[in-house]
Amino acid sequence: MTAAGPTETLDCLGQRCPLPVVALARRLPQLPVGAVLRVLADDPAAAVDIPAWCRLRGQAFAGSPAPHAYDIRRER
Amino acid sequence: MASAGQPRTASASFDAATYLDAATAAPLHPVARQALLAALDDGWADPSRRYTQARRARQLLDASRAAVAETMGVRPDEVSFTPSGTAALRSAVAGALSGRVRAGRVLVHSAVEHSAVLYAAQRHESGGGQAVPVGVDRLGRLRLDDWGAAVAAPGVALAALISASHEVGTEQPVAQAAQACAAAGVPLLLDAAQSVPWGPVPDGWSLLAASARKWGGPPGVGVLVVRPGVRWPGGTETSGVGTDAAQPGGPVDLPAVVAAAAALRAVRADAAAQSTRLRALVDRIRATVAATVPDVEVVGDPAGRLPHLVTFSCLYVDGEALLDALDRRGFAVSSGSSCTASTLRPSHVLAAMGVLTHGNVRVSLHRSTTEAEVDRFLTELPGVVAALRAEAGVVGL
Repeated sequence: MTAAGPTETLDCLGQRCPLPVVALARRLPQLPVGAVLRVLADDPAAAVDIPAWCRLRGQAFAGSPAPHAYDIRRER
Repeated sequence: MASAGQPRTASASFDAATYLDAATAAPLHPVARQALLAALDDGWADPSRRYTQARRARQLLDASRAAVAETMGVRPDEVSFTPSGTAALRSAVAGALSGRVRAGRVLVHSAVEHSAVLYAAQRHESGGGQAVPVGVDRLGRLRLDDWGAAVAAPGVALAALISASHEVGTEQPVAQAAQACAAAGVPLLLDAAQSVPWGPVPDGWSLLAASARKWGGPPGVGVLVVRPGVRWPGGTETSGVGTDAAQPGGPVDLPAVVAAAAALRAVRADAAAQSTRLRALVDRIRATVAATVPDVEVVGDPAGRLPHLVTFSCLYVDGEALLDALDRRGFAVSSGSSCTASTLRPSHVLAAMGVLTHGNVRVSLHRSTTEAEVDRFLTELPGVVAALRAEAGVVGL
């Protein structure tokens, strides 16, 4: 699904939750539907909160291709 | 006299504060306070000595043990007192694992156990043993099929299950989990700390741990129940581990034990009425928070849950800021958010459920909680969350 690589990468390394989720929520709606945003975040809460945000917002969590990296695809 | 000289916070006076963190420690029950004061006069001697004062202390200890045993539906010699619920859990895990070392070295536990069990599991692994966590669903309920498979695997020495989650309130299918253990011949350790105050716990367990401060007893008293036939270190079957002094941490605090036993009786006598009353208040919190706070996730099983506990997470809100803001308004609550934990890790319970971990608030009620306090909380919460979101610039995201 993310074979083509992310459309854009957001560097949230060093930020504590909820900041990476806030950054994701700000940026994703500005990308076209179908685009993949990669969020880099090393706060351990991001591993839970990013997929949970996708579920709450109806967006697609496209997995974690590497430690501290999370791909989110805009669905709507 | 107890409050004389106590520091007061600048913003909210201690007396006016609404304490909504009973899942950490319920306020001392009046019966416990009375029993504690009496036992300080009457039960200060070391019960293991041979003189009059010691015999009086021994009588108090025996009576307390008998009272706890009766409430739990077990024999007195199956009950031992420990310095805390955590110590009871650690003793239970260590004792049962080492007693069954010939059966194997695998500890099966749910992913939502108390941190004391997870810590014991880590220690077991670093000592060469194996720990197998079993997951839960979105509501925090144990995956029974996975549990059944895990306990039936070869080499399982012990299975540990929390009766109901201390973080989200979800009750576990204890009876079915116990059946799976029985079928596999594996002893079950039930961490019943949150359930014991509310009534009898399901049967089928081999070891049970509880904590007096969860039922309005004083801090510093844990209870460990070991059923007959459980193999304990030394290879012998236990006929009552009831040797409190052998517990890690040394002899128990006898006046506190006396108070704990008295409080348990009093709390159980009133449990049905309190449970009904608090369940309705928690239903109100669940419904009102979901309706009045935007972007909130109320977590845990809405029906199969503890009567007094509810947890929710507010999207984009910093948990620490939320607790501080509520504290300034006189509400004492707790949180599973990472920034509020000493480890800077989010709650392993929320993570196992796959629900939002930030902006998390756990509200747990007790026998003194009034409807007016709950309503004041519900009135103030939406404004507190809105103000924090406005401050952080996350409104409308």
